Amino acid sequence: METTYNTFSDADLAALREICGEDRVIPREKMGEDYSHDELSGIQKFPDVLVRAVSAEEVSQVLKYASSRDLPVTPRGAGTGLVGGAVALCGGIMLDLSRMNRFLELDEENMTLTLEPGVLLMDIAKYVEPAGFFYPPDPGEKTATIGGNISTNAGGMRAVKYGVTRDYVRGLEAVLPSGEIVELGGKVVKNSSGYSLKDLLIGSEGTLGIITRATLRLLPLPKYKISLLVPFPDLACAIRTVPQLIRASAVPTAVEFMEREVILAAEEFLARKFPDNSADAYLLLTYDGASEAEVELAWHAAAELCLGAGALDVFISNTLERNESIWAARGAFLEAIKASTSEMDECDVVVPRKRVADFVLFSHALQKKHGIRLRSFGHAGDGNLHIYILRDDLDETAWRTKLGKVFDDLYAKAAELGGKVSGEHGIGFAKRPYLARTSGEAEKRLMAGIKRAFDPRNILNPGKLIP
Amino acid sequence: MNITVCIKQVPGTSQVEIDPGTGVLKRDGVASKMNPFDLYALETALRLKQRYGGEITVISMGPPQAQAVIREAFMMGADRGFLLSDRRFGGADVLATSYTLSQGVRAAGAFDLVICGKQTTDGDTAQVGPELAETLGIPHVTNVCAVRGADENALTVTQDMPLHRLTAKIKLPCLITVEKGIFEPRLPSYKLMRATAEREIKILTLDDLADKDPGHYGLNGSPTQVKRIFPPEKSDGQERWNGPEPESSERLFRFLADHKFLQKLG
Repeated sequence: METTYNTFSDADLAALREICGEDRVIPREKMGEDYSHDELSGIQKFPDVLVRAVSAEEVSQVLKYASSRDLPVTPRGAGTGLVGGAVALCGGIMLDLSRMNRFLELDEENMTLTLEPGVLLMDIAKYVEPAGFFYPPDPGEKTATIGGNISTNAGGMRAVKYGVTRDYVRGLEAVLPSGEIVELGGKVVKNSSGYSLKDLLIGSEGTLGIITRATLRLLPLPKYKISLLVPFPDLACAIRTVPQLIRASAVPTAVEFMEREVILAAEEFLARKFPDNSADAYLLLTYDGASEAEVELAWHAAAELCLGAGALDVFISNTLERNESIWAARGAFLEAIKASTSEMDECDVVVPRKRVADFVLFSHALQKKHGIRLRSFGHAGDGNLHIYILRDDLDETAWRTKLGKVFDDLYAKAAELGGKVSGEHGIGFAKRPYLARTSGEAEKRLMAGIKRAFDPRNILNPGKLIP
Repeated sequence: MNITVCIKQVPGTSQVEIDPGTGVLKRDGVASKMNPFDLYALETALRLKQRYGGEITVISMGPPQAQAVIREAFMMGADRGFLLSDRRFGGADVLATSYTLSQGVRAAGAFDLVICGKQTTDGDTAQVGPELAETLGIPHVTNVCAVRGADENALTVTQDMPLHRLTAKIKLPCLITVEKGIFEPRLPSYKLMRATAEREIKILTLDDLADKDPGHYGLNGSPTQVKRIFPPEKSDGQERWNGPEPESSERLFRFLADHKFLQKLG
């Protein structure tokens, strides 16, 4: 769907300032460089104007104006995306929602939290946990906004036991391109009332509407938690243990795999030693529960299972300090890999759980086949893998060529194994060709039709997602 | 090199609350753990053992449930464990505690080196280590941030002080207290947990010690009496400075330097 947009003019600037005031409408020459890119996608483009909205009413008026003038609008949260979702490909208006960051209501009886989209993920935990509540989705990037998390249906480490962002969104308030404000879903637990428009908005990456308020479902905070760091002689042995762990009676909260070389990179990056780096591959398991006895039963069984499957030992992390020593490194993997090379790109495929080992071993073999360095770590328990392709000292042409070939191989293999293009980072700009390649004609037609129904003038986040 | 490591069980959270009314630490219902600094002491011992051989003995003082931290030390690789546990040891101040420990360390057998954590996270005095060395009549270095080397007769260590670092060679037997971060402590091993599940923890009471005079232990042996414990006054006050550059940055610099948030490197 190619659209021609109007060129942004001084009159547009004045009109937007009429809506939001002078201070919060920033012309291109005065905005920071940050607003021209996200954290990875390798694309840079400045919007013509940055608008920092503070209410649904303002968002509504901005969208109404943009529609009337055919100006593209790119919503942005914290800009921590990895696929170019928040880059203003067509220029126009960047709608910064990070100032809409208020907690509106913690409803203890309905166990819901209502908040604005700019609240940071890390602040949600700080807000609800002292009251004994738990928001389970746990994407690695804690400085992301909840609006961004909902827009990409972010997953995270606890997906094995608790599911993903979608499973915790009860209701949304969103502004349509027409400026109409809609309430989708609500505090209800069940809902069979027509198409689930709320679910269409989740994961729509700002292409259908702008989320201005969300009601999240909370759980009681599990009181006990333990992590196990399990060294294995090699990666294949580690990953083959995962399906057995998931099948066990107590479901782990998280199952991450990590390799020695990534751990070493994190040690160097943080200038801090990991508690163990003697083995080639590790699984990191977490168990949580309401009682100490329940958690103990679960982890003892898991420890026995791992040893039976060939683990070298099982290390126990049961205090704040110990958890911190592990998770500090785990949290730094992405940055550490990034720091070890000149440039990188990523692949966030998801495959059925029992194919994880096949896929990881396949991706390893690509290093030799294409003569390029790959690093991976990720959520072995839910089949979602993060594979990073590193440029190192390749020149631009060689890098682009090799990257294309590696991606072709990875996405083809994922499709062959019954996988999908993105597990949690989204499609954005960077993964569109791969979504197009792996979607059927009917599926593409439906997606285009949905887009038209919400956004007939194609002003919302153009150039993203739709295959 | 035979090493004795002193360890203590402390509340599991770093935010121990003090009842403002009674001035008593609120320990009820709080899970406990090994004093975090002692993990570094034990790790230092384990590294030295890896390099120079020998045996690691851990010793703790406390109620019977403090055996949990000795079990944990076994899971990290300690060889033997002793717990000084006797009602007559109760209510000890730092002097009586270090004296009791010195008796226990002697009762536990010969040693070349004693390692303690720099301080505990509940008492926070950092005095028990040095006082233990005095009572044992051996030299000591506190705040050790690195072990440079060792031979049969001596240990070379670096001490980390607020404004300088000092490297010293210290004759064995001796005592060191170690800083956080000297080595990253290893995690307890499930395999070792299984292997040491039946290992004996020797309980030492007053009757097992060389000095059996009850006047030297517990409340009776404590010249210090705690009159009151109270949380420090909290200041949530904010200051707002508005002023032109560079005066305001100069002011901020002086403020941070005066409050020791800044110090000269090197």
